[in-house]
Amino acid sequence: MRFALVGRPNCGKSTLFNQVAGYRAETGNFHGTTVSFTESKVRVAGQVVEVVDLPGTYTLTGSNPAEAVARDYLASNDVDVIISVGDASALAQSLELTFELLALGRPVVLAMNLMDEAVRLGLKIDGPGLAENLGIPVLPLVASKGRGVKGVFLAALDAARSQSIPKASPMISADPLERHQLAQELAREYAHQGVRTLGWRDRLDDLLLHPFWGYVLLIAIMLGLFQTVFGVGKALEVPLLGFFNGLAAALVPAEGAGSIWHAMLHGTLQGITAGMAIVLPYLVPFLFGLGLLEDVGYLPRVAFLMDSLMHRMGLHGKAIVPFILGYGCNVPAVMSTRTLEEPRDRFVAAALATLVPCAARLAVVFGLVAFYLGPLTALVLYVFNLFVIAVTGKLLTRLLPEDTPGLILEIPPYRVPTVRAVIAKAWFRIREFTVEAWPMLIVGSVLLAGLQYFNLTRFFNWLVVPFTWALGLPFETGMPLIFGILRKELSLVMLGQALGTMDFGAVMTPIQLFVFSVFVVFYVPCLATLIALRRELGTRGMLWISALTVVIAMLTALLVRLVGLAFL
Amino acid sequence: MRLIEIQPGKWVRIGYFDGGRKMENRLLQHGLYPGDQIRVLRVAPLHGPLLIEVNGREVAIGRGVAEKIIVETEE
Repeated sequence: MRFALVGRPNCGKSTLFNQVAGYRAETGNFHGTTVSFTESKVRVAGQVVEVVDLPGTYTLTGSNPAEAVARDYLASNDVDVIISVGDASALAQSLELTFELLALGRPVVLAMNLMDEAVRLGLKIDGPGLAENLGIPVLPLVASKGRGVKGVFLAALDAARSQSIPKASPMISADPLERHQLAQELAREYAHQGVRTLGWRDRLDDLLLHPFWGYVLLIAIMLGLFQTVFGVGKALEVPLLGFFNGLAAALVPAEGAGSIWHAMLHGTLQGITAGMAIVLPYLVPFLFGLGLLEDVGYLPRVAFLMDSLMHRMGLHGKAIVPFILGYGCNVPAVMSTRTLEEPRDRFVAAALATLVPCAARLAVVFGLVAFYLGPLTALVLYVFNLFVIAVTGKLLTRLLPEDTPGLILEIPPYRVPTVRAVIAKAWFRIREFTVEAWPMLIVGSVLLAGLQYFNLTRFFNWLVVPFTWALGLPFETGMPLIFGILRKELSLVMLGQALGTMDFGAVMTPIQLFVFSVFVVFYVPCLATLIALRRELGTRGMLWISALTVVIAMLTALLVRLVGLAFL
Repeated sequence: MRLIEIQPGKWVRIGYFDGGRKMENRLLQHGLYPGDQIRVLRVAPLHGPLLIEVNGREVAIGRGVAEKIIVETEE
């Protein structure tokens, strides 16, 4: 027995799924939408049922990848009942999709979710009347509070057992305009508008979308987010690193040191440590914070505020999310580009996201630039980075002209987020990193440990010599740059090994330090990001972006070198 | 008149869409149909998008799109 959940984005469909299936579905629309379905087994009245959460879709007839997935699934799988999850506060829209579902010839149950929203808006919904009119069960639901969940599934079970195919109503036509008008009529008839309580939400928008204060608050909120993330990250990183290093010391036997297996084991542990102690302490609070902002409903408003600026870079408002994520880690940033509809937008957004300096690159900038050249210089680097991103965006837009009509984005009402949903969403994204990127980190670390063991790493310097020579960098910096492809912090860590000292300032001139940092900030994304790129854009996309970043890195580093030579 | 020319606060009715198929489809998907009543709530600065109210919901519309939506005012 299989039930499929279908509904518009933002209707709380995935919240409903999470209620019965546990932490397994995405609940966001705007960012990181499920563009694949999630399944789970659920026990309903003693019977085990397979429940599928299909991606949020506005319609089944569109060209959006999410719609294709939903459509294909419904066409090719044995779905016994379709549960249409609707938004009670926007009845007409939910009815339109429901009409399309009715035409599929399978039992349909309409679950009117967000009933609490409807009440707040002063709407009274005549469920039974609507049910009679449509010929299908209509049930109220407040998924976020778990109210009515049982009722919906029991009704679905009932519908499956009695095989009640909705009568092919002559009213429900194939023409979207007629469906729309019918939906409007029914909505008018069965949803009675009372008095709408104008509340704090409207006041909040006056502030957060204000032409001036809106931006001030945006910066404040973003700064707050970053402060929190780095604060939590630092607090977690230190003890975790200590723990894992201690673990490594305990697990790796002293005898056999110098053997290849010893080196490999060490490499494996390094890779594991990297994932757990260096990336996750920042990634977890970041995803949690972003999920919170998203569930509150703030992110679409950010897109609204930033759309015109994004256009100057050849993207539109929605692409702001990959950008923000990029400052934490490029991997979720690249993954989040899948919410952009056009492949061209996804490519440009991903390309620009990889230019955003992630937490690892931050470590390099701090360790080299801030430490030896002062924090102001580090800030200059960050501002310069933004400038380069903007220019690259403009150039990419020349080469790949924008094909989108422009921003069309639903701005949902503010909602008090359910902590459970936010955790579920963050967990889902962390799992993506854990499954995709982490194993490769470990493999890469092992490989490099092996190469180090056989003393092959000095050949890396020769590989990179054209770059290091042109940039006026010491010959030995080649090796850290290669290692930096595995993990960006390694370019800093291995630099110490390469130069023979951790006091970089003694061996490299200020210009060299700055040039090196600029190059590291821009060149090739780390291995984990490359994998994410390949997943989202294909191998060609990944290679193009890698090449692009190397070119940009060279040009900017050269520019910095020339300026440095000229003025200092 | 074009939507881009409408002052915030005024209720107007969508006449038709003057853009391509893609734009029209996206607008329809978001529940914006010819004949619907809409109101401009606010406009983002720096040539930013418009925030409109339609059927109790709020939708952000980029300027490029707003230029291609023909509306009728109630005179």
